[in-house]
Amino acid sequence: MTSTVTERTGSAAAPGAGSRRLTERVFRIRESGIIVVFLVFVGVTTAIHPEFLNQQNIQFLLVNTVVYALLALGETMVVISRNVDLSIGSVLGLSAYVSAGLFGPHPGIPIPVVFLVGLGIGLACGMANGLMVALGRVPSLVVTLATLYIIRGIDILIVGGNEVTAQTLPNSFASIPRAGLLGVPYLAIAVAVVVGIGAYYLRSFRSGRELYAIGSNPEAARLAGIPTGRRIFTAFTVSGGIAGVAGVLWAAQYQTIDSTAGTGYELTVISAVVVGGVAIFGGSGSAVGAAVGALLLSSITSALNVLGISQLWLEAISGFLLLVAITLDRVISLRLQAALRRRSAGVGT
Amino acid sequence: MERDLTARLSATARASLRWETGLLLLVVAILIFGASTSSQFLTSGNFFNTGVTSGEIAIMALPMTLIIISGEIDLSVASILGMSSALLGYLWARHWPMLAIFVMVALLGLVAGLVNGLLVTRVGLPSLAVTIGTLALYRGVALILLGPNTISNFPASYTNIGVLPLPGTQIPYNVAIFVVLAVIFGIVLHFTATGRSIYAMGASPEAALFAGIRVKRVKTMLYMTSGLVCALAGVLWTFRLATAVQNNGLGLELDVVAIVLLGGVSIFGGKGTLAGVVLAVIAFAALQNALLLTNFNQEATGIVIGALLLVSVFAPNAAALWRTGLPRWARGRPRRTAPTT
Amino acid sequence: MRRTVRRALWAPVVLLSASALLAACSSSGGSSPSAGSSSGSTSSGALKKGLKVFVIPKNLGNAYFTLADSVKTGGALAALGTLGETGQETSGTAATPASQIPAIQAAITKGANALIVSATDPSALCPTLKAAMAKGITVVTYDSDAPACRDIFVNQASSQAIGETEVDLLAKEINGTGEIGIVSAAASATNQNTWIGYMKQELKKYPKMKLVSTVYGNDDPTTATQVTQGLLQHYPNLKGIISPTTVGILAAAQVLDTSKYKGKVALTGLGTPVAMKKYVMDGTVQKFELWNPANLGYLAAYAAVNFASKKITGAAGQTLSAGKLGSFTIGADHTILLGPPLVFTKSNINNYNSWGF
Repeated sequence: MTSTVTERTGSAAAPGAGSRRLTERVFRIRESGIIVVFLVFVGVTTAIHPEFLNQQNIQFLLVNTVVYALLALGETMVVISRNVDLSIGSVLGLSAYVSAGLFGPHPGIPIPVVFLVGLGIGLACGMANGLMVALGRVPSLVVTLATLYIIRGIDILIVGGNEVTAQTLPNSFASIPRAGLLGVPYLAIAVAVVVGIGAYYLRSFRSGRELYAIGSNPEAARLAGIPTGRRIFTAFTVSGGIAGVAGVLWAAQYQTIDSTAGTGYELTVISAVVVGGVAIFGGSGSAVGAAVGALLLSSITSALNVLGISQLWLEAISGFLLLVAITLDRVISLRLQAALRRRSAGVGT
Repeated sequence: MERDLTARLSATARASLRWETGLLLLVVAILIFGASTSSQFLTSGNFFNTGVTSGEIAIMALPMTLIIISGEIDLSVASILGMSSALLGYLWARHWPMLAIFVMVALLGLVAGLVNGLLVTRVGLPSLAVTIGTLALYRGVALILLGPNTISNFPASYTNIGVLPLPGTQIPYNVAIFVVLAVIFGIVLHFTATGRSIYAMGASPEAALFAGIRVKRVKTMLYMTSGLVCALAGVLWTFRLATAVQNNGLGLELDVVAIVLLGGVSIFGGKGTLAGVVLAVIAFAALQNALLLTNFNQEATGIVIGALLLVSVFAPNAAALWRTGLPRWARGRPRRTAPTT
Repeated sequence: MRRTVRRALWAPVVLLSASALLAACSSSGGSSPSAGSSSGSTSSGALKKGLKVFVIPKNLGNAYFTLADSVKTGGALAALGTLGETGQETSGTAATPASQIPAIQAAITKGANALIVSATDPSALCPTLKAAMAKGITVVTYDSDAPACRDIFVNQASSQAIGETEVDLLAKEINGTGEIGIVSAAASATNQNTWIGYMKQELKKYPKMKLVSTVYGNDDPTTATQVTQGLLQHYPNLKGIISPTTVGILAAAQVLDTSKYKGKVALTGLGTPVAMKKYVMDGTVQKFELWNPANLGYLAAYAAVNFASKKITGAAGQTLSAGKLGSFTIGADHTILLGPPLVFTKSNINNYNSWGF
């Protein structure tokens, strides 16, 4: 008994440093957990089939992940604030067709303009979502479900039976996803940097941290004077804008675009975000974790295909792994909460 | 304590009632629209077609209503349908007797629901994440069971539910089953203690727990019911299409959620009526059918559904906003807020 | 308070039951077209005009079916217009039976005389199509068959010819030696599995070629890309890929074009010339084939109108006169073949620029 008391008073002596260490450990655990899982997975797969980690496959993997990682960044911002954006797949599809479709009738169009068009479309959709959620104070699940239908419907009407074909896209555009060094595409590096910036913003800027506060307890955040409406509006706008840019990159990657582009991406991205440690109820998680989650999901699909595992098992395994990931995450967070409670109980005595 | 819950229920029921009236008007409007644009709309043959097409989605919307009112969600419904369909085909191809197959499929649905329920209540995982995972897992099981195969040699006595109505009427079997289930679910939700506890746990899980409601048990039962009902929907779907194939029902979950939300059920839980969902089912099915009968561009149907969904959330909120005013940041100059009712 | 609530809640339920009873009791509405069961005899004389014909592809918004059906490309609707019938294209957007059946039912309700359908599933549509045929509606399938429930099937090319020519095309490019893979569509797609069956048979002629794997792209670019990549990575000695699906061949071409496998792995399959042009011009793909979708739709329209006018019954040996396409002899199992597939190469691909928009 006496030893425990001394232990507690010992740690209570420097509460600031102690809790900071714990906070860092919290963040580190959340992110490093998913990174460890990723590394173990890659290690095991490479041991079975060394071809998995050759230059070509790394390039395949990174190119495939780029779009998902970007979408995961935008979705993280929204989910952290206790919302969800289901419309990203439809926004991606619309942006991909409209922006890449510019090359046909305007062959000389500069590529940055095409990106701006995609960004613009995404921002417009994101702002619409943000306005409805923030101003109308309506649940984001419903709003973005509705805009998922509406934007896809608009996309289908615009596309009709057409498609954008690879022939119309200039080589400089089509090579954007793949140009790189030693199998690592420049685009992947760029996206990693963007994700890093996003994570830094969320963690270190006041407006970013306020998203966490809003997600933890919206009422308390409002009462504390945080401009919740404006923050949520910004989160959705950014998510939409990112989806718009992702659409242009999708077009550069697949080079043939019809009205089905991006269908079903929202559930995959939400899975990646959840696997990456972002709590679906908001308030915690990091963009880096979400991006690693996206990378992990891509790797699982790639690994299963490379290993020659029957495709029939792929879906079931993905679903199972997702459940394992969120269970693990929950177990870890429960342990953390217990540790925090023990620590604060110690401080209190 | 009990009195407070009852009073709250009455107030909630009163508020929802206004939404049901709106839905009723919407249904009438759709019926008028359909009748005026096509002479075939109000015929019993067309009624049969509409019912047959929407029967399974309607059936799946019933347990979904209870789950959403209780504060959770179940996105795996379409995958349970697909998995049941796959099991049905799998066992039929191995010459199991149909009755035994029904038992197995029902068990499968219960187990699938149990898994969902346990993960949500015992492990404490958020239902959105869990059911996204089981959505993939159960669809994957369907894929493993059937692979690339299609089983379609079901006896006509079963597959006739897709083309023949109940004898003597023009009501499809799906619709009849839906009506029976709707009455049962309606009674449970609105007239039993379990139903009241579902509202309570949706409105405030802590209060419900302290009121002695066994939240975990009820929620697990709800998920198991959903699994069982979706398995039934899977059987109906398979017979109606005379085909068991792994992609049966792919993508239906969002439609089911949309219908329930359209019915005035709040995604936050604690609010909504089964009558509202029934009306929403009618509205959804009738609207799709009416649009099909005109030369309306089928590709734009999604826009109409999405717009309806937005109206369904904005209408009650618009009323509330009118009363309390815009949030401060949107107002600009500070204004004295009107007293809230 | 409670009683009022209860009574109020019953109102919609009563309304529902009332309308259900009303609907059930009302006379079954007019949807049967002009009478006539499919009799065995044919009639000589002009084709009927003013028939209501519905063209129901697997899904709307699909470039291949737009080619097959539209007026602009000379497809089914163009043929119907020439013949003086009322043609309309309708379907769902999801390429599943559940999405296609309501469109078929609506067509029947709207008084269709003939349906031209590309079946999303060989058996799931049968209850609905059989009901249509019982009402005297002509049912013609094109592109993808539902064998047990149609009057005539218009096939783009014989499944055997497709399977064999695919293998022959690839064999020529890889000198009949090496491991090959197939990138298909959905695992349960009937026409895919039929063609693959014939491919496997044709492969017996090339003992040095080995089919190591069949992967499924589900007609989704992302999935098709990933399974192609997996195929290439799992079989480092792969020499060739056959992809008998337009989405699959595009994904495979794009993967090859941008990886180290370009030029090392041959690719052929079924693709549309405008979409594939880039890959043919830059050498990723040497040859691939297809039929003319517009001609397929055109022929299907003529078959439907002729059957509805009782000029043909679909029995083997009868002749169908199909406007600008000439005469066709009906084969076994009520099937009409459009003809051998067209092979596209660098030299002729520019002739088909009109196959786009």
